[in-house]
Amino acid sequence: MVAIVQNLGARLVYHINYVGALTKLFFQTLYWTFVPPLKRERTYQQAKRIGLESLSIVSLVSLFIGIILALQTAYQMQKLSSEIYIANIIALSLVRELGPVITGLILAGRCGAAVTAELGTMKVTEQIDALETLATNPVKYLVVPRFLAFTFMLPVLTLYANLIGIIGGYLICVYRLGIRSSMYIHMTFDALQIKDLVTGLIKTLVFGIIIAMVGCLEGMRTEGGAEGVGKATTVSVVTSFILIIAADCIFTAIFYFIFP
Amino acid sequence: MLIEIKNVYKNFNSKRVLNGTSLTISKGETKVIIGRSGCGKSVLLKHIMGILKPDSGTIALDGKNLAEISSKELNRLRMRMAMVFQGGALFDSLTVGGNVGFALYEYSQLSSKEIEERVEESLCNVELCGIHKLMPSELSGGMKKRVAIARALCVRPEVVLYDEPTTGVDPITADSINELIRSLHDKLKMTSIVVTHDMKSAYRVADKIAMLYNGKIIAEGAADQIQNTHHPVVYQFINGLAKGPITETIEKFI
Repeated sequence: MVAIVQNLGARLVYHINYVGALTKLFFQTLYWTFVPPLKRERTYQQAKRIGLESLSIVSLVSLFIGIILALQTAYQMQKLSSEIYIANIIALSLVRELGPVITGLILAGRCGAAVTAELGTMKVTEQIDALETLATNPVKYLVVPRFLAFTFMLPVLTLYANLIGIIGGYLICVYRLGIRSSMYIHMTFDALQIKDLVTGLIKTLVFGIIIAMVGCLEGMRTEGGAEGVGKATTVSVVTSFILIIAADCIFTAIFYFIFP
Repeated sequence: MLIEIKNVYKNFNSKRVLNGTSLTISKGETKVIIGRSGCGKSVLLKHIMGILKPDSGTIALDGKNLAEISSKELNRLRMRMAMVFQGGALFDSLTVGGNVGFALYEYSQLSSKEIEERVEESLCNVELCGIHKLMPSELSGGMKKRVAIARALCVRPEVVLYDEPTTGVDPITADSINELIRSLHDKLKMTSIVVTHDMKSAYRVADKIAMLYNGKIIAEGAADQIQNTHHPVVYQFINGLAKGPITETIEKFI
């Protein structure tokens, strides 16, 4: 019994420490973001890697999500003879919820893991120490460009994913379910309000920060060679997934009560 | 630059690595620190660079305690020093030229043409002229080590810290690295701290040799003094004997 309590206590302390370390890294990153010299090309390079190179997978996944949403909604709506509302449901679920979350999860798996693996390898091969000996702050040099790239690219990619998802829904609705094209577009715009878009984008901003911070923190804490890099990468992806879903839950609740 | 290490203690988790280490390195001196693998030699170097902070004790560069100065001042001191890491620690996303000229590209006011010239000069110093466009992944282990030395020399430092500069390279490259360290000392009066367990290299480059054992400096002296030592631990280490006080302590634990 004592062992169980001790174990639970140790885990709690570990998690509190972890959140502390994440918060500390976040504030350090914010500080170094505004300390000159600001080298744009490093951020640009990261943004290209995170944004441009993720386009194909984001397109594919969000197209499928749009199609799935349309089919699943149709299944229910046909029973109620209200197929007309499928467009509304697709637009709202994508823009408010699925677009941000799916894009966040894709980037956490594709790019957050890559960031951890890269920084982790740099850590175990002493490249991060070497940066310090060259009078360069690792947070400024490594974390800031990735932080900016994630927080900028995730909202942009989400907007794109929303659009592709709606197109996926359109394909099913117009070509399989016989809804008129103009009707689908009209119903989509009719359903969406600015607040839906804004709340979705606020979420993506938070997800971007989570992926960047977890990815970089795990990378910079890596120890123990190749095995350590593997472990850190796994922990990074799992932690990002959990934090993204938890943050999503909290923000959805907050937005539900603030903007009913 | 005068480096004074006083009573430094450092623990990693529950393992004590530095146990009251004290050492002074005078200006222009080449000090070789010898000791078994994992005895804390690299940790000591990282303390001098300010990458690691001691649990207690002080490290002072030119009389300035590293624990008491601002990070800006620490970076100013770091610009006067350079460290050559064991595995080279070259940035693999940058070319050899980008690595060697890193600090200059980041901080100096020099034009890129001047930096390129300095990079080429540093690479020629380590007999690797004309490879600035290659990526670190295209280099052999020995070349990586020499590029790392070129990166250290490119900022024209007053102090260079070498972490096992001759480990893992062929004997000829090892000798040319020794010669380079020696000539930097002779020509430029550069202060060098060399951490190694390669005794041939130690005798070749050292003004003074210090031995780190169980986190403490147990012996210090000129190369010939160390060579003719009666200290049983030092004797066993420099002669590479399997039996002796060092291995006896290990046997006791086993």
